[in-house]
Amino acid sequence: MAETALDLPAVGSPVTEARSVRFTLIALSVITLALFLVVPLLAVFVQALGLGLGPALATFQDPDAIAAIKLTLLVAAIAVPCNLVFGIAAAWAIAKYRFPGRAFLISLIDLPFSVSPVVAGLVYVLLLGPFTPIGAWLLQDFGVRVIFAVPGIVLATIFVTFPFVARELIPLMQDQGTGDEEAALSLGATGWKTFFYVTLPNVKWALLYGVLLCNARAMGEFGAVAVISGKLRGETVTMPLQIELYYQEFRALAQVSAFTLAAVLAGLALVTLVIKTWLEWRYADQLAATRNGH
Amino acid sequence: MTVLAPYPPEANLLRVGIPEAGASTVASARGAVNVAIQNLTKSFGETAALHGVSLDIAGGELIALLGPSGSGKTTLLRLIAGLDFPNSGRILFDDYDASRKSVRERNVGFVFQHYALFRHMTVFDNIAFGLRVRPRAQRPQEMIIRERVLTLLDLVQLSGLDKRYPSQLSGGQRQRVALARALAIEPRILLLDEPFGALDAKVRKELRRWLREIHDRTGHTTVFVTHDQEEALELADRVVVMNEGQIEQVGSADDIFDRPATPFVFDFIGDSSSLPVEIRNGQVFLDDRPISIDAKGQPDGLATLFFRPSHIKIGDEAGSIVGTVTGSRRVGDWRRVDLETGLARHRLEIDVPAGSDVAKNGRVAIKPTVSRLFARKS
Repeated sequence: MAETALDLPAVGSPVTEARSVRFTLIALSVITLALFLVVPLLAVFVQALGLGLGPALATFQDPDAIAAIKLTLLVAAIAVPCNLVFGIAAAWAIAKYRFPGRAFLISLIDLPFSVSPVVAGLVYVLLLGPFTPIGAWLLQDFGVRVIFAVPGIVLATIFVTFPFVARELIPLMQDQGTGDEEAALSLGATGWKTFFYVTLPNVKWALLYGVLLCNARAMGEFGAVAVISGKLRGETVTMPLQIELYYQEFRALAQVSAFTLAAVLAGLALVTLVIKTWLEWRYADQLAATRNGH
Repeated sequence: MTVLAPYPPEANLLRVGIPEAGASTVASARGAVNVAIQNLTKSFGETAALHGVSLDIAGGELIALLGPSGSGKTTLLRLIAGLDFPNSGRILFDDYDASRKSVRERNVGFVFQHYALFRHMTVFDNIAFGLRVRPRAQRPQEMIIRERVLTLLDLVQLSGLDKRYPSQLSGGQRQRVALARALAIEPRILLLDEPFGALDAKVRKELRRWLREIHDRTGHTTVFVTHDQEEALELADRVVVMNEGQIEQVGSADDIFDRPATPFVFDFIGDSSSLPVEIRNGQVFLDDRPISIDAKGQPDGLATLFFRPSHIKIGDEAGSIVGTVTGSRRVGDWRRVDLETGLARHRLEIDVPAGSDVAKNGRVAIKPTVSRLFARKS
């Protein structure tokens, strides 16, 4: 028996996988991410600069591109605040109360995720088109055209991005329970003051994340908007639609413009991620406090 | 911060509306509020949580609601607070009928079991919250708020921690902040829901003593809920023993311990042994053997005999209860012996001095020195 206890090879922690397993899993994840996410994103930037910086930047002087960017920003500026309010209201009702139809409301909130965006757009066309009762009424009495116009695009975007804020808030608010609100009420705060000084601050990080996701999707939505917009150049074309229009032209410059706009959208996604990561790093302990509760 | 120092005399309590020590010894001193609970019932769907509960709480009293889980004690506390409405009955604070008022309007101070501190606010902001959310007309100036918060921090012995966040405090410190926050609004009454339930044993004992001191200084009528009988008996002026939505007994610690009014109270408070017996012509029979227990005043019929393990005498006289030893264990200065007696092998516990060799014999004959008989149905 030459072997003593001191001769045994060093072992790692008994409760994690062996080093080889960990290495394999990490390598697998990195390769998958690289292939399916990083390489395509890089390709977008590379194609955008395929003819050099000049043609790429010239995109931003094309009136169609400018109109598309403006429209996308406008739609996001309306849709995101709307969904912020709707999301908070829905999460509040679901998390803090019990009422008949609550389970139904929860499934309803997930509906925009399970429905194809094209179907969503189509539904609005069928309900609010100029030959439907409501659509005709709006057109004749108020001169407001919903379908194939900006209001329709806003509506479709609101529908498609509705769940983001609510889904971030609901589990967190359910987890936090009603204890803090009861405490605030017992100290004399009104319903509104309780909401603004106690409930909202408790969910501010989840709220911010939901808004970031909602914004990213609102700017990038294609299917629903494509059905509803009618694709009138310079009027009802958002950035994703414009990218498709550029891509379908065979001029090299149009191709570059398509990828340039796509690079803008991709850049937006990256900026979103960076902001989120920075916030998580900067406010790490407050985040932990919110998550762990008391 | 393990030893809580006595309250510093310099801080001027009167200026911030807190009475000096000693003032609360007189009931209703300085406007301490009487609470009258009249016939409260409460059901949650099909389940009845309270069956017509009535209770009178004197101003300035520290009263405990004690009982096992499901007894309705937390329900009763929340009804007093206004966090829930009763199905029927009334709640009165002095002459003010609070029965249909919301928790906001009742101006009660509530301390939750899990503190419910606002985690994104500092200790200072937490305590100041109740004052800052008042409507403009009733809101004191920021300077006055600041003074009151700092005085309260002194009172709960957390001075210097005003800028900390709740996540940076220990459990005991958080509970003290919660109490200071409830006191800041000058509540009519103070309600505490198992305030020390989430703390470990040593901290719990310290905070018990500290809570009694605070109560004696501030004089608020205080109601607290607990399932820990040691806590209730040690802290409270009076104890309300509850079971299954009803009040079994209300009394001082001595009353509850020495003169239990119902079988439940005898069994729940302290240790007890019980035997099913029968009373015939004023004589007590266990399995048809007479035992010399005084049954004067008890009607004939089935009954249960209760006694405490330490209230027994060992000796083979006539009329003793004879039991077989089945086991024993050391409990503090005593040895607790398990016995079985009678044909049905009823289980008993008795306490004998640690050095005694009673446990080594096969059989023991005992006689309870202090006992109670309660009628039973079957």
